[in-house]
Amino acid sequence: MSFWADQLILLPILLPLLFAAALVLLSGRRQQLKFAINLIGTLALLATAITLFWFTDREVWPQGVGVYLAANWAAPFGIALVVDRLSALMLTLCAVIALAALVFSYRRWSRAGVHFHSLFQFLLAGINGSFITGDLFNLFVFFEIMLAASYGLLLLGLQSERIRASMQYVVINLVASSFFLIGVALIYAAAGTLNMADLAVRASTMGESERLLLEIGAAVLAIVFLIKSAVWPLGFWLPTTYAAAAPPVAAMLVLMTKVGIYVLLRLWQLVFAEQAELLNALSGAVLVTGGLLTLAFGTIGMLGSQELGRMAGFSAIISSGTLLAALGYGEPRVISAALFYLISSTLAVAAFMLLMELIERIRKPSAAVLALTMEAFAIDDAPEESAGVVIPAAMAFLGLSFVASALIMAGLPPLSGFIAKFALFHALLNPTGMFTDNTYVADPLAWTILALIILSGLAAIISLMRYGVRTFWAAADATAPRLQLSEALPITVLLALCITISLAAGPTSRYLDRTADALHDPGRYIERVMSTPAVPGVVSTTGGDS
Amino acid sequence: MEAVIAIAIGVLFASGVWLILRPRTFQVIIGLLLISYAVNLFIFIMGRLWVNKPPLTLEQAVDPALFADPVPQALVLTAIVIGFATTALYLVLLLTSRGLTGTDHVDGKEPRQ
Repeated sequence: MSFWADQLILLPILLPLLFAAALVLLSGRRQQLKFAINLIGTLALLATAITLFWFTDREVWPQGVGVYLAANWAAPFGIALVVDRLSALMLTLCAVIALAALVFSYRRWSRAGVHFHSLFQFLLAGINGSFITGDLFNLFVFFEIMLAASYGLLLLGLQSERIRASMQYVVINLVASSFFLIGVALIYAAAGTLNMADLAVRASTMGESERLLLEIGAAVLAIVFLIKSAVWPLGFWLPTTYAAAAPPVAAMLVLMTKVGIYVLLRLWQLVFAEQAELLNALSGAVLVTGGLLTLAFGTIGMLGSQELGRMAGFSAIISSGTLLAALGYGEPRVISAALFYLISSTLAVAAFMLLMELIERIRKPSAAVLALTMEAFAIDDAPEESAGVVIPAAMAFLGLSFVASALIMAGLPPLSGFIAKFALFHALLNPTGMFTDNTYVADPLAWTILALIILSGLAAIISLMRYGVRTFWAAADATAPRLQLSEALPITVLLALCITISLAAGPTSRYLDRTADALHDPGRYIERVMSTPAVPGVVSTTGGDS
Repeated sequence: MEAVIAIAIGVLFASGVWLILRPRTFQVIIGLLLISYAVNLFIFIMGRLWVNKPPLTLEQAVDPALFADPVPQALVLTAIVIGFATTALYLVLLLTSRGLTGTDHVDGKEPRQ
């Protein structure tokens, strides 16, 4: 049983890679078949992710940490793939959003580019790999797979605006990749290892000069992840890129900013949380300050945006800022609440990205833009407008979905955004748990974070309501657009998931508490990675690196 | 030896940074190439500078001081391949942009005089 459970850890990388390779071989004319195969791949991925989620929480593996030794090399020498509660959670979130984006792209976007389906699966392989790898250089490789696929997807439906946004996005990410390599090289020079668990062990017993090198390396690496998670002043690329991307791709991009957050959380808790007080306090202060500045930037940007695409981009920036400030604060209860916020805001912003295109159909004559891109790409089988299941009451659906996602993004009751923010405030003001006595001391930092989060929510609600009123109530010539079932369903499912986690807030936050506790005690993770033996009786032959 | 390598990497990186801040896409891609060369060299020397030492051996028990560190060499190979591929991707983007907009300015339009 355990042997097969271990093999399961490899599947989130293996499945998308295999499906991507198979999809490359199929001719671009067989769209239906390609879509069906892609859908099967993504469903299988979702099933794997849920199984891993269940396995890690039921502690099928000791401590809920599953380790897969690639090529059967024991931990510090080979590449270890590690899945724990946090990675399993992120894998599931990734699979859910991927499924929604894929179904949404069925009518239109999957036909707007030649290798959409393969690139989509490669993107999933990259994202999943980043979540489960336990090796820094391997993380770089998966990051590059993810980024290369995202460059391709961003160009979907070739347009000059998209090309301009892509050029900036690609250059920024190529430079960031160079920094990634410099950081990794410095860390290797200092510690002599790239395995994250081994690094955590060695970091605590390191000499003074190596320490300095390690800290510089870690700082360079942190810059890379801060660029990915669009912290101010490294996040100017984000609103332009998001506004230019095709909606299903934008939904996946929302997930990709969370990869940056995930890696920061993982590395920081693992390697640096147990370090010298000074470094810990300093890096925490940097994260909190960066988070607060990002929040302020996102708030101002949100108020100043008129287009829906830029609003969605700035709400992604606000969510990054909130998460970074909470991570920098560092208390396990705060991190647990931040994870709740992460799930809710990722689902809501992804739903909003998908909704965006449908809402814009109210304002513009439908599909004029798409027709142009179809022409540019010389695709002959344009989707027929009349085919497919058209849902009734399109305006009501759009209005309700818009209100629901706006409520979640702004953090107003009764949906999950409010619960997430409430949990965050409660944890910030009261990090040790319940009020045990009356010697309550208010932390000015906590109050600053709290005030900025509330202000950003206010800005979001002003900006979104302004747009909503203008679109749904005041538009004189609003005609109800035709909505396909395959376009309405993903949005409904994403929002329904948000409602589900608000209804099941108790079990969800208990699960997240367990996740945060495991993160706060990296000893268990390190012990599991370092002590997992190679499978006996299987001879390791050549061990290739990545 | 260390000084020579350090200066070489520094010059490469500085030229690269200057070039990616230029307005023409061709200058940007050359800048990206120079930066990736600098980074590859940097990774390579992170295994320290050795002369005449092999990275691999078939012997079981050896003195590690007689050998060069093989890991950075493996890392740099991967980094070269990935850097090459992503830069090639940017080249495609550059040519597409040139074809669609008719200019090689990074903004997709010529600045007003």
